[in-house]
Amino acid sequence: MFLINCPYCGERDQQEFKAGGEAHIERPKQPTELSDDEWAEYLFMRKNIKGVQFERWNHAHGCRKWFNMVRDTSNDEIKAIYKMGEKPPAQ
Amino acid sequence: MTKTLRVKSSEYIDETNRISFKFNGKTYHGFKGDTLASALLANDVHLVGRSFKYHRPRGIMTSGSEEPNAIVQVNPGTNRTEPNVRATEVEIYEGLEASSQNCWPSVEFDIGGINNFLSPFFPAGFYYKTFMWPASFWEKYEFFIRHSAGLGKSPTSSDPDIYDHRNIHCDVLVVGAGISGILAAKIAAKKNFKTLLVDEKNELGGSTIFENNEFNKIDNKTPSEWLKKEIEELKNIKNLEIKTRTSVAAYHQYNYLLARENLTDHLEAKDKTNKIRQRLLKIRAKKVILATGALERPLIFNNNDRPGIMLSSAVKKYSEFYGVACGSKNVFFTNNDSAYESALSLYNKGINVEAIIDIREQSESKIVKKVKEAGIKIYWSHSIVDTAGYKRLNSVSIMQLSNDGSSVTGSKISISCDCLGIAGGWTPAVHLYTQSGSKLKFDEEKKVFVPNQNTSEQISVGSCGGDFKIDEIIKNLNHKLKDTLNIKGTDLDNIKVEIDQENSKRNIWLLPSDKPLGKTKPFVDYQNDATAKDIKLALREGFRSIEHVKRYTTTGMGTDQGKLGNMHALGIIADTAGVKMGELGTTTFRPPYTPLTFGTIVGRNVGKFFDIFRRTSMNDWHVENKAEFENVGQWKRAWYYPINGETMHQAVQRESKAARESAGILDASTLGKIDIQGSDASEFLNRVYTNAWSKLAIGKCRYGLMLNEDGMVYDDGVTTRLGENHYIMTTTTGGAANVLGKLEDYLQTEWPELDVYLTSVTDHYATVSLCGPNSKKILKKIILDLDLSDENFPHMSFKESKIGNIQCRIMRISFTGEHSYEINVQASYGKDLWEKCMEAGQEFNITPYGTETMHLLRAEKGFIIVGQDTDGTMTPIDLQMDWIVSKKKYDFIGKRSLYRSDTMREDRKQLVGLLTDDPNIVLEEGAQIVSELNQSPVEMLGHVTSSYFSPNLKKSIALAVVRGGKDMMGKKLFVPMENKNINVTVASPVFYDEKNERLNA
Repeated sequence: MFLINCPYCGERDQQEFKAGGEAHIERPKQPTELSDDEWAEYLFMRKNIKGVQFERWNHAHGCRKWFNMVRDTSNDEIKAIYKMGEKPPAQ
Repeated sequence: MTKTLRVKSSEYIDETNRISFKFNGKTYHGFKGDTLASALLANDVHLVGRSFKYHRPRGIMTSGSEEPNAIVQVNPGTNRTEPNVRATEVEIYEGLEASSQNCWPSVEFDIGGINNFLSPFFPAGFYYKTFMWPASFWEKYEFFIRHSAGLGKSPTSSDPDIYDHRNIHCDVLVVGAGISGILAAKIAAKKNFKTLLVDEKNELGGSTIFENNEFNKIDNKTPSEWLKKEIEELKNIKNLEIKTRTSVAAYHQYNYLLARENLTDHLEAKDKTNKIRQRLLKIRAKKVILATGALERPLIFNNNDRPGIMLSSAVKKYSEFYGVACGSKNVFFTNNDSAYESALSLYNKGINVEAIIDIREQSESKIVKKVKEAGIKIYWSHSIVDTAGYKRLNSVSIMQLSNDGSSVTGSKISISCDCLGIAGGWTPAVHLYTQSGSKLKFDEEKKVFVPNQNTSEQISVGSCGGDFKIDEIIKNLNHKLKDTLNIKGTDLDNIKVEIDQENSKRNIWLLPSDKPLGKTKPFVDYQNDATAKDIKLALREGFRSIEHVKRYTTTGMGTDQGKLGNMHALGIIADTAGVKMGELGTTTFRPPYTPLTFGTIVGRNVGKFFDIFRRTSMNDWHVENKAEFENVGQWKRAWYYPINGETMHQAVQRESKAARESAGILDASTLGKIDIQGSDASEFLNRVYTNAWSKLAIGKCRYGLMLNEDGMVYDDGVTTRLGENHYIMTTTTGGAANVLGKLEDYLQTEWPELDVYLTSVTDHYATVSLCGPNSKKILKKIILDLDLSDENFPHMSFKESKIGNIQCRIMRISFTGEHSYEINVQASYGKDLWEKCMEAGQEFNITPYGTETMHLLRAEKGFIIVGQDTDGTMTPIDLQMDWIVSKKKYDFIGKRSLYRSDTMREDRKQLVGLLTDDPNIVLEEGAQIVSELNQSPVEMLGHVTSSYFSPNLKKSIALAVVRGGKDMMGKKLFVPMENKNINVTVASPVFYDEKNERLNA
């Protein structure tokens, strides 16, 4: 059970949060301009790497805010947490 | 009963408090402070169970939670019975009953014992190899396997006890209250860290508390004397909470640990009532200090499992702590000095020690000399090659070990004995450490795995950290504590420690016998009856990974999780395969460390607290009027209101007719309601719904369909424009929370530039839906000053008004196709509003209806229910709802996906109506639909999603999804059922009032 430092509320138990998959996948601004393959790339393809991964998390049972997390999926170490819209920390 | 086995009065045993208990139906006596194991041993009972596979007689092996053999059923036949309990952990109380498991008819005479003689036919992987074929026989095999295997019996009646959960946040958690844990907790608490110390036993002190080696001294006192003084001082320290009888079950990431606190298991039945039995502690600690100690290893030799063969440390604990001699003729078998301490403990109490068999060539430590002086015979470089005695050990046979330890030579000597203490060295209890994700390394010198890389703020101190000698323990503990707590100067800085030096080591994982391995039974996992032979067979059959060998041989897979024999299994694999143990790694130690009861896990969440549920403010009325309820999400919704013993069908038919003929009333409070405000609210709705919203006038309502980004229908509902920048959206009952979450997601992450605020107001409003041709007349009676004419208040519009002095919001919208209104008031007035409507509607025979009638009425109109007629694979086009998908809007969620090659396929499943040729046959929801009956295999075209008998149409109607159904209007299809094929015809999904004339009736 992680201890997650919500950028708005502080450290809270993982059970207050919901994981939201890979981060920094921006919704295309002009979807109609995209080919089926390009749209499928956005819609379905996710990296799911073993190692350092950028993820979206939501403080679902708290402030309801979304934020980003850098997590090493091999040992669950949370390396960084930053707000939506902020630049990811350099690796 | 023999009293002679009580050897001295121990301070931990209250001999003035005599307790009687029953084991296997026979009454025995023990004293307050005894465990079931110590009390049985005091009564000279060693045989307590049968092994899992061969049903071999087994005795008490250990004195703690690592016990593999003495697994008993406590209080059999009662509602408090518990299987698979370690006799070494059960504290006895007046009236306790326990019985052996895995034996029939009795532990003394067990039919299954025949398996022992058939054991050549039960090699590793026996079940995998034997019950594979013929495949059709598996059900028969399974029946017999399930009846002959298995340990205890689960209780069959409800658990009478109360369980609890507690959250604890502390600076320092210390696990284990042996010498290291006590010192660590004391120092941490004295330095103002909020500290919690837990130990699974009922007394503090671990094994040091009965440490009797006179050559070890701390500040000139024996370690046990010194530690008792330290424990005494703990009582006066602030910031320190101590919990005994508390076993840490799991150590998760970020220092989150689960522990079970046992509160009443040691009490008599009369004292258990109305008390919390066990409490699950959910601990989040800033720092964790593991002081879990070490487990003594057995030695692996032929027939090392007979009752009377025990760990040497257990023999010592029974003698020193419980004051019980485990035998009258004792022999020890060892590869290190600790057996000498046990031997001296017995010798000093006048108990006969026949011999010590030591696989080492010699040892020069003081304690060995002392044993020699006592005249106890020591056989150096000898090994036990066999043991004898079926239900109790009666002798051991020993032979000289060869120099390399791989074989035995010379003549066989037989030594008569009734108890054998075996000492194979110590294994750090690193189970919790590895559960936390931390990594071990193999210490070649000590031949054990020790902590290496920590993943969280934690340290391992004492023997679980690989320090076995008291001087090392104290020195390293002091150093690690200063480091982790960032403190200077502790009580331990000036402690003087003297120890007896042990200087010779010899480790042989599998000891040789004069017989070939195939003819011997050297048990590695006692509980699962896995022998060294099985492990070697697995290797010969090609298994290499330790994880595979474990599963194939079942080594380490019992309730004890192989706490005793895992290291030997690894050692034997490494030796046989010619690899280093460090390279082999260990199997994964999974939680729980010791088994948890289900009660502890669920805590208070039982009965009506099992799951939360939500009720509307009209709920009491529904209950008083005998409604039947159904669960919709977490809501309890009125399903139908039977009168005079009506069946569900009869009630629904009556309600459905009444709603169309005069007036019906529905509690619609559970629909999700989201308040949307902000200058970009209209733009936001444009992006999340498939249709256009910019031009919706204030005071008007519109139906919207929401898709997922993949183009599939996600939710639907009516949204009303309350003001220029203010909307109220309704969602499906079950989808409310998810819709809000999804909308927030887009707002915060994709469109942060939009000025929009979302608030869930589902619980703030109670909603009454009034429908039917007389609904207007009823509303008129309640709301006096509102013009209800079609001109002023047309279909799909909204008015704010008052009922008495209560503010209300009224939408003229319809889910039934009838003229109808949805009236919203502040939730606390819901029941009043409902009762007012009922009173006003009396003259029109107003009929309350539930969700089932609502479903029927909307099906007559062909309105979908998201989640019933859709399943996450239906686009609006599939639903024949093209009309609601805006062609003009540049973008909305899911739009691009509607033009993917797959979503544009003509032969997708599409929503259609189905009419049965016989109007009295009602199809089953979920039934499959085919076009051919004589094909094999027959192609499934789709299935029935909604089906009812319509009282208004006087025929059966159904909605279905059918491959290419859009173009099948009028086509004959079949619904094959178990006993008959039903002929159906594809029809429009709108069965009733196709021109929508009744909306304004």
